[in-house]
Amino acid sequence: MISGKFFAAGADRRIAITIAILVAVAIVVPILNLALPPDSALHVPSYMVALTGKYLCYALLALSLDLVWGYCGILSLGHGAFFALGGYAMGMYLMRQIGDRGVYGNPLLPDFMVFLNYKELPWFWHGFDQFWFAALMVMLVPGLLAFVFGWFAFRSRVTGVYLSIITQAMTYALLLAFFRNDMGLGGNNGLTDFKDIFGFSVQANTTRSALFAASALALALGVFVTWRIVGSKYGKLLMAVRDAESRTRFLGWRAENVKLFAFTLSAVMAGIAGALYVPQVGIINPGEFDPANSIEVVVWTAVGGRATIVGPIVGALLVNAGKSWFTGALPELWLFALGGLFVAVTLFLPKGIVGTWDQWRARSRHRAAPDEADGDAGSEEEVVVRVEPRPAAQLKPPHGGLAPQPAE
Amino acid sequence: MGRSAALTVLAFLLTFLAAFISPASADEAALRATIAKFAQAKNFQATESVVKELAAAGDPAVEKPLAALAEGDLYVRKSDAAVFIGRESGQAVKLADPLTGAEAGEAAKSEVTKVRVNNSLRRAIREALGSLTLGAEDPAARLAAAQTMFRTPDPDAIEALDAAIAKEGVASVKTALEQARAAAALASDLPEADKLAAIQVVAARGDRDALSLLTGFQARAEGPQKEAAAAAISTINSSLAIWAAGQNVWYGISLGSVLLLAAIGLAITFGVMGVINMAHGEMVMLGAYTTYVVQNVIRTSAPNLFDWSLAIALPLAFLVAAAVGFAIERGIIRFLYGRPLETLLATWGVSLILQQAVRTVFGPTNREVGNPSWMSGAFELGQLSITWNRLWILCFALAVFFVLLFVMKKTPWGLQMRAVTANRRMASSMGIRTPWVDALTFALGSGIAGIAGVALSQIDNVSPNLGQGYIIDSFMVVVFGGVGNLWGTLVGAFSLGVLNKFLEPYAGAVLGKILVLVLIILFIQKRPRGLFALKGRAVEA
Amino acid sequence: MSKSGTILYLDGVSVSFDGFRAINNLSLVLDKGEMRAIIGPNGAGKTTMMDIVTGKTRPDTGEVFFDGQTDLTRHDEAEIAMMGIGRKFQKPTVFENHSVEDNILLSLKGPRSIFPALFHKHSAEEKRRIDEIFSVIRLGDKRHDLAANLSHGQKQWLEIGMLLAQDPKLLLVDEPVAGMTDAETEETARLLKDIAKTHSVIVVEHDMHFVRELGVKVTCLHEGSVLSEGTLDFVSSDERVVEVYLGR
Repeated sequence: MISGKFFAAGADRRIAITIAILVAVAIVVPILNLALPPDSALHVPSYMVALTGKYLCYALLALSLDLVWGYCGILSLGHGAFFALGGYAMGMYLMRQIGDRGVYGNPLLPDFMVFLNYKELPWFWHGFDQFWFAALMVMLVPGLLAFVFGWFAFRSRVTGVYLSIITQAMTYALLLAFFRNDMGLGGNNGLTDFKDIFGFSVQANTTRSALFAASALALALGVFVTWRIVGSKYGKLLMAVRDAESRTRFLGWRAENVKLFAFTLSAVMAGIAGALYVPQVGIINPGEFDPANSIEVVVWTAVGGRATIVGPIVGALLVNAGKSWFTGALPELWLFALGGLFVAVTLFLPKGIVGTWDQWRARSRHRAAPDEADGDAGSEEEVVVRVEPRPAAQLKPPHGGLAPQPAE
Repeated sequence: MGRSAALTVLAFLLTFLAAFISPASADEAALRATIAKFAQAKNFQATESVVKELAAAGDPAVEKPLAALAEGDLYVRKSDAAVFIGRESGQAVKLADPLTGAEAGEAAKSEVTKVRVNNSLRRAIREALGSLTLGAEDPAARLAAAQTMFRTPDPDAIEALDAAIAKEGVASVKTALEQARAAAALASDLPEADKLAAIQVVAARGDRDALSLLTGFQARAEGPQKEAAAAAISTINSSLAIWAAGQNVWYGISLGSVLLLAAIGLAITFGVMGVINMAHGEMVMLGAYTTYVVQNVIRTSAPNLFDWSLAIALPLAFLVAAAVGFAIERGIIRFLYGRPLETLLATWGVSLILQQAVRTVFGPTNREVGNPSWMSGAFELGQLSITWNRLWILCFALAVFFVLLFVMKKTPWGLQMRAVTANRRMASSMGIRTPWVDALTFALGSGIAGIAGVALSQIDNVSPNLGQGYIIDSFMVVVFGGVGNLWGTLVGAFSLGVLNKFLEPYAGAVLGKILVLVLIILFIQKRPRGLFALKGRAVEA
Repeated sequence: MSKSGTILYLDGVSVSFDGFRAINNLSLVLDKGEMRAIIGPNGAGKTTMMDIVTGKTRPDTGEVFFDGQTDLTRHDEAEIAMMGIGRKFQKPTVFENHSVEDNILLSLKGPRSIFPALFHKHSAEEKRRIDEIFSVIRLGDKRHDLAANLSHGQKQWLEIGMLLAQDPKLLLVDEPVAGMTDAETEETARLLKDIAKTHSVIVVEHDMHFVRELGVKVTCLHEGSVLSEGTLDFVSSDERVVEVYLGR
């Protein structure tokens, strides 16, 4: 019998290691890229820096989904929307940084606005020339959307699949909206042709390395925050709401507020991930709102293992590395592979890689020390002999049948 | 050209015309003499007077030369000043007799001159033809003539119209004639009372032509006539607005029928079984591709069966989609009962695989699926324009719905399905083979999606992405209508369809759709269990 | 009937689901400090009555007052729980993925907002309360086990422990001894009598032996309304009760 405390200790160590690795990577990779000559064996090529930096943003997005799905049971199929909104906020800052270097040379209006005959800057573009304002919006816009959406949804107790479907409808509605030219956000083409960030060229190796380091550090911070939250009393409450929402209400907890906090925080994390993503890939367009993108995030998290903090990171890195390889080598097979992955993970690996690893380790540990475990159980039996229950067969679902299991 | 009874009627009419315009006879020789005058006409005015003279003859035979003239196909042979209908072929002109149309040899272009026409002349010809055909035998021709005269009102035609009205036996033609007369009266210098009556007649017509006629009249009228016209215009405008709303309702119902078709299978798998199948749209897509394959086979091997292609595709599409659905249920979903979120993910994976499979086999581009003849075209109903394919799809959607309703409520299978849904273990212990019922129910829902695909192939692009366009809408319909309630799905589909089409004119297509999505999201907040929610303890379990 | 002095006051309460009348003109009054046993056959409306009191179900008609003045129909579950009504479910409902101690921790009386929970630190007072509860429910050696690994009876006790941690004014206890041995049943009766010294309690139970053990006023429900009320002897000798319930 493995106690909860042991798990906690194991998990804590793993998270400390993860954070350490991320911080180390944030320092070492830029050095290997910038300081070493290109012919050195240890040189990290620039395209690798950019690619991995992108993956780290995905990992942060997957982690944000894990906070709500893994720990609170809210399967959001619209997290891509928060990611994209953060990305757009960053994109607007980068657009304003172009200044008069655009094709049309207009000092105030971005190229697409000149092209679409805008006479003046739309009101919501004001302030984005200041980084602090853009950074605030990166967090505020997704956070506010999540807050309003969640406020309505959780208050009216929309749960489970229903919630998933309306989150999907949310990102779909945003997809349609952002495709429109009169949204004032570049329509179909989105925002692109960025020149520089803080005055440094976005193409420069140094900038790329800095963005990589920022992504790694943001992810490390995300891991730390998620870990602290999950370990707090609030985190326990979050999981209690996931497992038995109505029970928490009867204990006096406002389950809707519990969920709303996690959902909003998670949206903010996704927004930050999007903001770091955009300067690294150089474009943000409405395609990021595609419901298919959001659901792909779910599979990263599922592959790595939900309700583990490290799992979504592992999943996001693995699946995206696989995607890069497939789309290069066997492009027509990628969707088969991704589709198969969805099916395989749900059927054969419901706990994901990290969750299954934990389970396997726990079992092998248990096998390695059978005497101790048996002894434990024996001694417990003596103590609790008075409260041993009489068999209550009707209370347990039959094994192996198709009996419905509790919805997750 | 034989003279028939109708022509005697015409002759009666002609006495009026003759009295009014100029003395003439319907004699063929006289006609030929008149036609010959085209050769002498030196300017447009002269030509026009010849046209009027011909029309006054009132013989339907003059239709040929007049129509030819309007087309610029009337020629004069220089050598003998004879008039012919000619058709250019290369350097020569093929000549034909102006009245009988009998071939009359060829002439070089240099040997003939074209009788020249301008726009005002063409209009004169059109009017002449219009009044001519008032006496035609075919009611449709008379109706067309009356419509033409309505659009080009001519005060001079009033007497002819009065005569035609007096004789007309077909009610609809008579109404059209009266309207044409009223239009002419408005353009005439008749006394005010007549004009006021005419305004009422035109207003009663109530369409855009009447509106433009009255608007034109109002601009030049004064006093009570102007007021009456203004009142009539506003009446017409409001009636047109009602028709426009009616047209929107029709578009909405049409969209609703599409939504219903797409959602109805989902109402079974999601609504009744509680299985969330994200590959539902791909079942629709498979049905559409089945139609494509069937049509391809028919085109190459039995083209005369083309009109039957949809009827042949229906059962096949059902079987294909049902078989795939059966395989998905047995292979994946049965391991995931009671875990809806996992089911969602796994079936999403299946949908990706199916899309890519179809893309690999049929290519990523749109495939051409033809409309059988009975699904092409449109007809008018009042001011509504209704296309046949949309109407058939509506009927089809309703038929599928009611058949399904019957299966669910009245057959033993439906009873078993509902029993398994209500209490799986109890049903199982009553001897119902629940796994079998599950698989067949899922296959049924998928098969229905397949036949929806047959219908949707008629109005949508058949591409691997076909299904994705419907999945979110379908879920919205089922959730909006209330899960587990087929009637709810019906009402949900049509109300969302109509709502969508009513928002479109104000908000545009995309924004309208967004608004609908937002409204549904808000609605689900308010009534999480949909329009027709089941209440009680069972639901909350 | 006056509401003052009552802890729970139901008058003319009705609720129906799709035409099925689960509660039909039910009136029931519980005085402060009273313990009441409620019996009745399946479908008599016992659980639905608890749903109404705890805010899970809104009655169609009727008055529900707590503590003589608070209209419970205007409040939701969390608010009602915060007012001091605790509930133990028929099917023991504990947080299976949490340790036994965390189950108690989440139930402990205290602020229920997000930020205090986020920055919560274990206090000595809390530890004392938890130890105290463990000494009552005797699961001290299982403290760090997952609640999922408890036996059915142990889960019942854990849920009672969670009730105690809430420290409510009124306890609604639904079938507390289902799945317990006779010894445990006796123990539970003793515990409930102990609790009833300082709290108002409603116990729903099928086990007549247990009800007798409690020795309190009994209300028998049938088809959503009160069939008979009085001492157990009085109720069990009521012919209508015998007919619908005991004599079946």
